[in-house]
Amino acid sequence: MQCLPPRQSTANHARFKELQRHFSTGPEVTAACLGCHTEAAQQVMQTTHWTWRARANSHTGDTNRWIGKGAGVINNFCLAIDSNEPRCTSCHAGYGWEDRSFDFTDEQRVDCLVCHDTTGTYHKFPTDAGHPNYVVKEWPKGSGQQVPPPDLGHVARHVGRTSRATCGSCHFYGGGAEGVKHGMLDASLTTPDRTVDVHMDIHGANLSCTECHTTVNHQIAGRYYDHPACEDRRFVMRGMSQSVLGCESCHGAAPHAQAKLNDHTDKVSCQTCHIPQLAPSKPTKMWWDWSQAGRFDADQKPLVETARVAAPVATPEAETPKVVVYDGMKGEFLWAWKATPEYAWFNNHLRQTVAGEPIDDSRSGAQTGATRGAFDHFDLSKPVVRINELKGDYHDAQARIWPVKVHRGIQPYDPVNKLLIVPKLFPSGTNAGNAYWKAYRWPEAIRAGMEYAGLPYSGRYEWIQTTMHWPLSHMVAPKEQSLRCADCHHPTASRLAGLEGFYMPARDRSRVLDWLGWLLIGSTLGAVTVHGGLRYFCWRKRCSL
Amino acid sequence: MLIMNPRVRIYNRFNRFWHWSQALLIILLVVTGFEIHGSFSLLGFERAVGLHNWLAGAFGVLVAFAIFWHLTTGQWQHYTPTRQHLRQMTGFYLRGIFRGEPHPFKKTEIAKLNPLQRLTYLSLKLLIFPIQGLTGLAYYYYNDLAARGHLPNGVGKIALLHTAGAFVLLAFLIAHVYLTTTGETPTANLKAMITGWENRPAEAVAAPAPAPPPPPPATEND
Repeated sequence: MQCLPPRQSTANHARFKELQRHFSTGPEVTAACLGCHTEAAQQVMQTTHWTWRARANSHTGDTNRWIGKGAGVINNFCLAIDSNEPRCTSCHAGYGWEDRSFDFTDEQRVDCLVCHDTTGTYHKFPTDAGHPNYVVKEWPKGSGQQVPPPDLGHVARHVGRTSRATCGSCHFYGGGAEGVKHGMLDASLTTPDRTVDVHMDIHGANLSCTECHTTVNHQIAGRYYDHPACEDRRFVMRGMSQSVLGCESCHGAAPHAQAKLNDHTDKVSCQTCHIPQLAPSKPTKMWWDWSQAGRFDADQKPLVETARVAAPVATPEAETPKVVVYDGMKGEFLWAWKATPEYAWFNNHLRQTVAGEPIDDSRSGAQTGATRGAFDHFDLSKPVVRINELKGDYHDAQARIWPVKVHRGIQPYDPVNKLLIVPKLFPSGTNAGNAYWKAYRWPEAIRAGMEYAGLPYSGRYEWIQTTMHWPLSHMVAPKEQSLRCADCHHPTASRLAGLEGFYMPARDRSRVLDWLGWLLIGSTLGAVTVHGGLRYFCWRKRCSL
Repeated sequence: MLIMNPRVRIYNRFNRFWHWSQALLIILLVVTGFEIHGSFSLLGFERAVGLHNWLAGAFGVLVAFAIFWHLTTGQWQHYTPTRQHLRQMTGFYLRGIFRGEPHPFKKTEIAKLNPLQRLTYLSLKLLIFPIQGLTGLAYYYYNDLAARGHLPNGVGKIALLHTAGAFVLLAFLIAHVYLTTTGETPTANLKAMITGWENRPAEAVAAPAPAPPPPPPATEND
């Protein structure tokens, strides 16, 4: 492919006199940015990158709900941000969200650099509420590795458009480490080749995130919980609509030369066939059991165990990545690598549980239709709570089959009030001493977290199994790796074996009809054999007479 | 005169072409169809589907030609159902055949199908073929039907009907192949369908054949 010359800006920030100075903090840089880009902070403040919350979509019928990490959604990775802000907000596009008192109207708290850095040297420190470190600091704690502070002046003089690297500086590390959360977003997308992602291939189209996640006034197109990424499944002229996020926005709804393949696009998402693997590049977390946390090594430090990830056959051990399978701070983990996704109906609306919403622990997982995956220790005789739910089924015209990563886990809940627990994990603020990662005692950590979150707590906690669904949309494979018909149209090994409520050729049959049919064939063969045998017998008898 | 010539002309060239192309297509359709159904694995689902669709198209063309030929030549009259000699035919298959009795029906070019064949082939052509054709088309064009609001509950019922038809066809195929062996000799009928001619012992030909079932259609020249 003929590549365009690199895009050039008409402004060279290295020559701006406002930036010819030393900056000692992030907000100082922002103040300088806003001197020219007067509306930028106000624009950013309208976005979920800043608010971390939004009103629920009207589609789900409860517009009075608020959703988003800032509105208290719970997940089954790091659970919730309330009382743990300084750790979680290291990925907030702002500076200093340390607790409830954060001023969401202070323009200088907007972090311009995290998205607009082009040097690759800017980094928010993992525990400083969105600030980079301003002095040399050790990370990870106790590792002896020293992290130098970024040169803010240098970064400010080299700002530019966002890139896979800047978006990835947060989104590749969701859940606390690379690749943990999404199953199709990790640092290999910074400079991917064709086998990692056909669209972002640096030797090919080399698309950046914002080619699809189109941006207007700092609003970036994308799914946000129950707000769909893209509802129009048709070709879109660039510039005619904010969002060109659907595959169909560029490829149209009938992209295959073979008509039968196009017949699938009403019920099967593009992703289903074209993202054949979960975590094709680096491992992703599939199982997180918080109930196992709290074991220590001989030095009284939280125990950490690593192991090679379960790999597809014929992968040499040396090429199989190592993953953390136990961490005394967090519990037990299982990971997947180059694995088969699970599949679900999805109409682009995803309902996420918010802290304070009661859960149902009265029925077992088997009774509520929960399933086990390939990487978990679920016990289906016990309750399984769906922390989020993909909406849609076969009869929903907007729903299609999607590949999903299902993250399963065990986390604390209050069995009296039927609430998932918001524990205080990170030692910060007034209650730092009760944080789990300080005292390693759940009762205190849970009480402190629930109190901070303003939630009732009965004083009792138990462990409950939970699932969380992650629709896959990135790491689109080269077409020769896409699924073949028989990957789904197969009587015994269909990838869609778990999807019910519709007839799929080769996968499905009527047992009664098959039974009757083969009975008919069998009795015909039997009749013919008996008739022929009798004829032969009589013929022999006649001949011998 | 027939005594001088014990060979009887039964099937003309189109007859044989129609029979054998039909046979080949049906056998391949049954094989690929049951593979698509998931009964066994031979070509792989993808190739089986491709071939099945192609064969179905070819079969459609063949049937269109055959209908034209049957109508223009009056050959359709061979399929007119009759009760005449039906009892003798069933009696022969249930008893006479074991006693070495001669076949009660003598094919001639003007009446080549016995009453049982007439009933079987007529129901095949008027019932099973149309069911398979229509359900097959609905199966293939299901998306377009669904887009127009037909069959909103999925392709399942169509698929089941099509599968049921396939079972009946397969059963017919088995019985049909077996019954070809019930001629004068086990291979006489097969030879006739290949060459078009049937060998007949002189006395059998000379013997008065049962009155041939209804009207002698005009036949075209071979």
